[in-house]
Amino acid sequence: MFSRAYRAAVTVPPLLWVTVLLLIPYLLMFCYSFWSVSMAQTVVHSWTLDNYRELLRVNVYWQTLFRSMWIAARVMLFSLLLGYPLAYYLSFHAGKRKDLFYQLVIIPLWVSYLVRAYAWKTILGSEGVLNTLLQYVHVTTHPLGFLLYSPFAVVLTLTHIYTPFTILPIYASLEHIPRALVEASHDLGGSPSQTFWRVIFPLSIPGVLAGATFAFVLSLGDFLAPLLLGGPSGIMISNIVVSLFGAAYNWPLGAAISLCMLVLVVGLLFISERLEKKWSFT
Amino acid sequence: MASTTSESTVVTGLTKPATEPLLSIRNIAKHFGKNIVLRDISLDIAEGEFLTILGESGSGKTTLVRIIAGFETANSGQLWMSGERLDPLPPYRRRVNTVFQHYALFPHLTVEQNVAYGLRVAKLSDAEIVSRVEQALSMVKMKEYARSKPAKISGGQQQRVALARALINRPRLLLLDEPLSALDANLRRQMQVELKSLQREVGIAFLFVTHDQEEAMVMSDRIALLRSGELEQVATPREIYRRPATAYTAQFIGHTNLLPADIKDGVARYKSLSWPVQLPDGPALFSLRPENIRLAGISNDPIGDAVRFRGKLRHHAFHGASELLQIEHADGLVLWVRIRSSGGGWHGDLEFEFSPNDAAPVRESQTRD
Repeated sequence: MFSRAYRAAVTVPPLLWVTVLLLIPYLLMFCYSFWSVSMAQTVVHSWTLDNYRELLRVNVYWQTLFRSMWIAARVMLFSLLLGYPLAYYLSFHAGKRKDLFYQLVIIPLWVSYLVRAYAWKTILGSEGVLNTLLQYVHVTTHPLGFLLYSPFAVVLTLTHIYTPFTILPIYASLEHIPRALVEASHDLGGSPSQTFWRVIFPLSIPGVLAGATFAFVLSLGDFLAPLLLGGPSGIMISNIVVSLFGAAYNWPLGAAISLCMLVLVVGLLFISERLEKKWSFT
Repeated sequence: MASTTSESTVVTGLTKPATEPLLSIRNIAKHFGKNIVLRDISLDIAEGEFLTILGESGSGKTTLVRIIAGFETANSGQLWMSGERLDPLPPYRRRVNTVFQHYALFPHLTVEQNVAYGLRVAKLSDAEIVSRVEQALSMVKMKEYARSKPAKISGGQQQRVALARALINRPRLLLLDEPLSALDANLRRQMQVELKSLQREVGIAFLFVTHDQEEAMVMSDRIALLRSGELEQVATPREIYRRPATAYTAQFIGHTNLLPADIKDGVARYKSLSWPVQLPDGPALFSLRPENIRLAGISNDPIGDAVRFRGKLRHHAFHGASELLQIEHADGLVLWVRIRSSGGGWHGDLEFEFSPNDAAPVRESQTRD
């Protein structure tokens, strides 16, 4: 048995942390979303559903939300398509170079997000590395405009940034598969591709779900990549929230959008966790 | 290595079957880096035979079955199955199936999906799969668990499912890598009997790997004793027990007294013991099983030219049906004697006897790294 003092010492700080830094801000945000702003730009502390009505009424909000989800979905898909084969190679075929490759996957995470986003700007810009190269080898005569300040640039950058977040959980789930199961499949006549689709892939689904959730949720709430590389057509929902809290000084509307996103994300995490549990055996 | 002979100096025991062997292991050698695991193994397995590879941990027995299954590649040597090279084939093209040590059942599939796996990947018709799975599950008495996931059934039941999953593919040869080692003693004995009768029923050759000499004796048609990557002796359980070729075999299989004797003019002498032999002069090692020594003068079935000795009881262990006595003679000779259990109460000088025929000459085992 632990003493009361000990129990208090280990439970109070984290509870305090969660309360002060998470619960109270969320509660404030919740309240704000039901308040309004007066003409004099002061917050009116009376309850109203106007902010939510505004969200449904003004197309740009939910269109931007859908665009953000569509960008996040593509980032998720490309991160999985890039990340899975890499994680698979790392786990099953890298042999002695496993640790080295693992570090190579991690290293980009140590580099500032901002630096990596700017790097893409210098690659994709009209005077950038890619356009210069394409013109040099005469693939095009003019710089390609869609490369930068477009949803394409945002998807590309976010995929680059969040692929490690998909590789790591997939790699972890592949590492957990007992190699005897792979041998058993071969032993029973399963070819390498049958073994992959019938044994390895189903057993790695928890990792795929975790990776997909990371990529989707992190991309959905991103505001730096669209700010730096998105241009007018690549605006995402977080950019709107930022401007509502900032320039527009409409905290209540910003809070309402944030709350909607929070509900969406929590719902996704909940579903993803349920699915992961359903598919975890090893 | 292009040797085509499968004769090996250590292979004794059963006379070679007239027909071609099912599996012929020829001069297989394997090393992992500097660690030599198998050196020049040659062994034939006949159709329908129950052959056990017996060895201590680190003897290379698991590596040998993994080479046969195709999970490891030998550094030299060949495998032949019914006159065709086996070793160049990948595991999924070999008509060999394995029961793994920890069963390796697919955790995301039900018992029946596990058993059906081999037939599914072979793309058999649904109707055939259903009927064969049902047959296989009833063979191992697991029909009522068909829809369970492996995690929900006991170790013994998992064992049965692993067996059904391997046998449903009708392999030419079934490899069993210490399949009983994870079971407790009672279940293990029961599974030994079941496995043996199942093997007779299906008529498939079993290559069974174990470190347990008793298990090997109970189940096998022949035992191949592996020691530090080399075959020490290959023989029937009776022969390997009664006529162990080497001192190592004699000690590993059962319990024995090793007598380093000197032979002169047809008489072997060790300390105060002497018995007639038909061997050339010189030093020789003999194995004398404890149960071949008995208390003198109590049996009404006398041994013709019994060798007798007297000694004091130094140690005594009760084993239920028998008792093991450690007897020390005045000249320092110490022998183990196994007798049938009685009331006990031995004291003073006891007299023992054994037949010279039971002192089996064995070769000195080479010492290896």
